[in-house]
Amino acid sequence: MGTFQLKINGTKQTVEASDDTPLLWILRDHINLVGTKFGCGIAQCGACTVHLDGVATRSCSLPISSLEGKEITTIEGLSKHGEHPVQQAWKEIDVPQCGYCQAGQIMTASAFLGSNPNPTNDEIRNAMQGNICRCASYNSIEKAVKVASENL
Amino acid sequence: MENSNKIQFSRRSFLKTSSLAGGGLLIGFNLFNACKAEVEPPVDLSKLNYNDFNAFIKISPEGKVTIFNPNPEIGQGVKTSMPMLIAEELDVAWEDVYVAQGALDTENYTRQVAGGSQSLRQGWEPLRQTGATARQMLVNAAAARWGVEASECTVKEGVITAPSGQTLGYGDVVNEAALLEVPENVSLKDPKDFTIIGQNTSNVDIDEIITGKPLFGLDYKEEGMLYASVLRPPAFGQTLDSFDDTNARAVEGVKNVVRFGEKVAVLATSTWAAMKGKKALTAQWTQATPAESTAMHDETLIALLDGSKFNTMRKDGDVEKAFAAADEVLERTYEAPFLPHNCMEPMNFFANVTDTKVELVGPIQTPEWTAGRVAQLLERDVSEISLEMTRMGGGFGRRLYGDFALEAAEVSSLAKSPVQVVFSREDDMADGIYRPASKYRIKAAIKDGQITAYYLKEAAINGNMYGLIPNFFPAGALENYQVDVANYASNITTGAWRAPYTNVLASAEQSFFDELAEMMGVDRVQLHLDLLEKVKGTTDERIEYSPERLQGVIKLAVEKSNYGKTIDEVHQGFAVYYCHNTHVAEVADIIMQDGVPVVKKVTVAVDCGIVVNPLGAQNQVVGGVIDGIGHSMYGELTFKDGIPQSKNFNTYNLIRMNQTPQVDVHFVQNDLAPTGLGEPTLPPVGGAVANAIYKATGQRLYKQPYMNNLELKEVIG
Repeated sequence: MGTFQLKINGTKQTVEASDDTPLLWILRDHINLVGTKFGCGIAQCGACTVHLDGVATRSCSLPISSLEGKEITTIEGLSKHGEHPVQQAWKEIDVPQCGYCQAGQIMTASAFLGSNPNPTNDEIRNAMQGNICRCASYNSIEKAVKVASENL
Repeated sequence: MENSNKIQFSRRSFLKTSSLAGGGLLIGFNLFNACKAEVEPPVDLSKLNYNDFNAFIKISPEGKVTIFNPNPEIGQGVKTSMPMLIAEELDVAWEDVYVAQGALDTENYTRQVAGGSQSLRQGWEPLRQTGATARQMLVNAAAARWGVEASECTVKEGVITAPSGQTLGYGDVVNEAALLEVPENVSLKDPKDFTIIGQNTSNVDIDEIITGKPLFGLDYKEEGMLYASVLRPPAFGQTLDSFDDTNARAVEGVKNVVRFGEKVAVLATSTWAAMKGKKALTAQWTQATPAESTAMHDETLIALLDGSKFNTMRKDGDVEKAFAAADEVLERTYEAPFLPHNCMEPMNFFANVTDTKVELVGPIQTPEWTAGRVAQLLERDVSEISLEMTRMGGGFGRRLYGDFALEAAEVSSLAKSPVQVVFSREDDMADGIYRPASKYRIKAAIKDGQITAYYLKEAAINGNMYGLIPNFFPAGALENYQVDVANYASNITTGAWRAPYTNVLASAEQSFFDELAEMMGVDRVQLHLDLLEKVKGTTDERIEYSPERLQGVIKLAVEKSNYGKTIDEVHQGFAVYYCHNTHVAEVADIIMQDGVPVVKKVTVAVDCGIVVNPLGAQNQVVGGVIDGIGHSMYGELTFKDGIPQSKNFNTYNLIRMNQTPQVDVHFVQNDLAPTGLGEPTLPPVGGAVANAIYKATGQRLYKQPYMNNLELKEVIG
């Protein structure tokens, strides 16, 4: 058990947890930010994606001991009220079916567009292939990323 | 529209009309009566059966409307589309509607089930009737206040207008309306007057989803709740001899370890600690019933098909006689593996069992059945049980079973603590209730260029096709037709998986027809159209599909996909199917890339009657098609020594965006009552893909997943 200083969504948080606790469970169980989802626990599905210093990262495989001094952004901190162009595009296209994976999809897409603001469809398809959507809303995700890129 | 405006509803259909303590009107409507006007309302509401349900409307004095969605939301969109039906007839602006999820309420709702693609179909009449009756009561109240006839008043978007031009909002008259008699003989709108039904309507939870608000089962928390990770037998057929929890209890945060049945739960203050604690358990198991393997299943099912122990599900004419007289016979065997559901949100449930109550919260497709089973398990009266449904991170049939809710209840009861049972992905995949493996053998006779017999045998695990499935096409089109089934009882848990049985059967039959047409030297599509022609006017009540509607979707799919016209490098496969009351035709376009078939596009023609929410409907159709492609091409769960051989997404291949085609959706426009879309677009696509792969590679595919059973030529680079 250790005490860790984290910076999450611009706010400093002090968390007590065992060193090996993944960020995912710190967010969900310790500080009650449940927008970041548990899907596989082995960085294969993307449901737990957050931004670590602006880079899309799988929080399920990121121990808390590795996070001091890093800027962590979760879906709750991507924008104040959902006004980020990616969130707005998700709404415009009405992407979600069950909706469970979508926070991770949005976090992957927003980081991707941060580094590639004018992607081709093939680039979108490759960038998003790490995020599984079991409802298979992939056509809509592809469209929404494109729409978001036009509204950045 | 099939008499939908003519069905009248008795006042007894309304179970409750009451003024709310805080002002407003609460209306309960017994949908069971509404579904079948001739049926007497059940006297004892606690005895309402599984096929019943109700809905509620709440109107505030300000004129805002809360509509409770009665059915569980698993991503199929009913939390949006069912309230749309009520709002349409209530005649309110959709912007003024707030949708809330109804909890399990066996007194006022019935058929609170997400399953079989039935929610919209069964809710169509009664939910609109609910809205129309409430609207009439509000108008009656306004008319009484003005001293005019209700029939002289008009309504638009929650505002009632008198002949004099005076207006009153619903909120102005809601308290008076609540005291009025419930009217009979309310009429429903003509579909041409719909303003909400048929409009693209966003998911009602969209803002919460895109901002990460708590919605799902795993997001639910209560003060003092412990997280429980459960150790279950690693192989099917095993029982627990003994376990050692010394190391588990030493894990920081672990509070308790309890054994229940053949399982051990580790309870902790965080999910991570609970999962770590579970991994630290050691246990000894006994193989109580034989450990099964995929090789053994394959042999067993083939032996069943080769054998003679069948149940006959439908028999027309004499297939054997036709085979004996045939010019040519085609016989093929189609095989499909076990599949896990792999909902993105792993199974979970919250339970708080105390001396006075049993509180259950979580994602469940069958709340009433599950609450009843928990009551039985804990030997409690069902009235002590409350069940709240959360939004579900996928269902696909897995969340019909409620095993996770029973675990939560039992663990909470033993540990005397509120608990949330959380499956890891490995638990979810390895402790599943799977789609069982199945095999189909289809044999057809050809005589003088005509199909003279069709004989289908099914060998499956833990059950067989049911209901009207044996009467689906081509039943009714052929004089000699037979469906026989056989099954093997396995200790591996199996259950419904999106479009049970038909998810394999449709692929098999649609592949078979492709090969049969080729053998006969006839056009694949024309063969279907001709066979359907023979079904027209049938008096066989078991024939539920409409030959006209199947022909309609075939023609639409062919037209929109340019099927049959040569397009360079593109290989097309066709399939058509009816199930879950919806008619669907699909054309898959495949190209070869580096020697590998890639599905580029699927054109879908759907006849589901009136499309209630085109936006949501489009999502269901596209999702079903891609799901069907993913599983028929890549999905497979094998067993060795009773142990599932895939446990997470590093060894199990779910389709991903870069493998996904564009799906081009076309709805048949008509005014027929709507049918469901959660399942029916999935079954045919496996056939369409197999037929396209055949055109691209010359290989007929008889075994799923296709990509594991396709011989690929040397790939360059």
